[in-house]
Amino acid sequence: MSTAVQSLQRWPSRQPVAFLILATMVWLALYQTLNPVAESLVAALPVDRASHLGGALHFFFYDTPKVLMLLTGVVFVMGMVNSYFTPERTRALLAGRTEGVANVMAASLGIVTPFCSCSAVPLFIGFVQAGVPLGVTFSFLISAPMVNEVALTLLFGMFGWKIALLYLGLGLSMAIVAGWIIGRLKMEGWLEDWVREMPRASAGFEEAGMTLGERIQGGFQSVREIVGKVWPYILVGIAVGAGIHSYVPQDFMAGFMGKEAWWSVPLAVIIGVPLYSNAAGVIPIVQALLAKGAALGTVLAFMMSVIALSLPELIILRKVLKMRLIATFVAVVAGGILLVGFVFNAVF
Amino acid sequence: MDIKVLGTGCANCRNTIALIDQVATSKGVVVSLEKVEELRDIMAYGVMSTPGVVIDGQVVHAGGVPSRQKVEQWFVAAP
Repeated sequence: MSTAVQSLQRWPSRQPVAFLILATMVWLALYQTLNPVAESLVAALPVDRASHLGGALHFFFYDTPKVLMLLTGVVFVMGMVNSYFTPERTRALLAGRTEGVANVMAASLGIVTPFCSCSAVPLFIGFVQAGVPLGVTFSFLISAPMVNEVALTLLFGMFGWKIALLYLGLGLSMAIVAGWIIGRLKMEGWLEDWVREMPRASAGFEEAGMTLGERIQGGFQSVREIVGKVWPYILVGIAVGAGIHSYVPQDFMAGFMGKEAWWSVPLAVIIGVPLYSNAAGVIPIVQALLAKGAALGTVLAFMMSVIALSLPELIILRKVLKMRLIATFVAVVAGGILLVGFVFNAVF
Repeated sequence: MDIKVLGTGCANCRNTIALIDQVATSKGVVVSLEKVEELRDIMAYGVMSTPGVVIDGQVVHAGGVPSRQKVEQWFVAAP
């Protein structure tokens, strides 16, 4: 028995291509059955499908597995993609480039490079040490936590591809522009002295040479780590969404978070900065606010400020940056978020 | 064996230490496990993504909690 389990566990590594094809087919087939299964689950319960409760239950039974499946799929693929973009390789790609193009590259690489907020500071120093320009480093540092596969998948699964694409575009533009501005301000002097005095490291990297089987294991590990951590938030988010969908009157929030209330955007940012959460944690709140008629720009501004600017991260950054550089960083990013909020509320 | 775990004290770093301790105990290997939290010292090892693991002065792992198999290999390779 145990040998059978073991050989099954090793199978993806032994025949990676066959595993990937089969896994994709199973995933697609399962995805197709979600709606029928949700319908029959509701039908099996003693509630009227047309009632509020029936609607809420169907929403919950359909959206929960849908979002979890999307997330598992995307996180698995990104776990494999991530193995091509180690921080060391990203640094080697960025070192010695001139600003402008490099800001765009840094922001884009921020999406695919594995990143944990507790790694932000070592990463920051590592980049600067290898001669990556300060502004380019900031482009990476802003984009990496804000524009990531979890945020994008959840936005896509719950609100559709338009909002997900908007978030991607805006997040990238903000990281690029904010990094470029910080670069223009020439603030290298505001790094802590010990950082500037560190010996320059070469930006070379050693190719680890992973096999496809090992990358698949990397995908599994990402799923365990990320999906294992965020699923409770998603469950709460969808439950909140289901409840709101059917019960709370529409436009409940419109009065104080709608388009007319211009001050709601700065307020959202001020509330968002001290809050610290990952993308999955804010989704329930975003879901609730949007469903109740809060303006899209205001909600996006709130989400971005929670994820991109956080007090704990700033406190660690203080060890390597002097106050003025931190203040500039916060001001530029918060300014960008405000702009995003106002533009959105004006356009949509 | 002299093992150092590099990290600024996040949850992943604590998990890494716990995992190494657990595997070492189950293998009956005596190790001295040390946490390196000072940024300057972490950077001196050239590690950019934490947690990192240093065994007898050699960086053997960086970026994320190592898999159990990987940790077991460290102790197999050792004399």
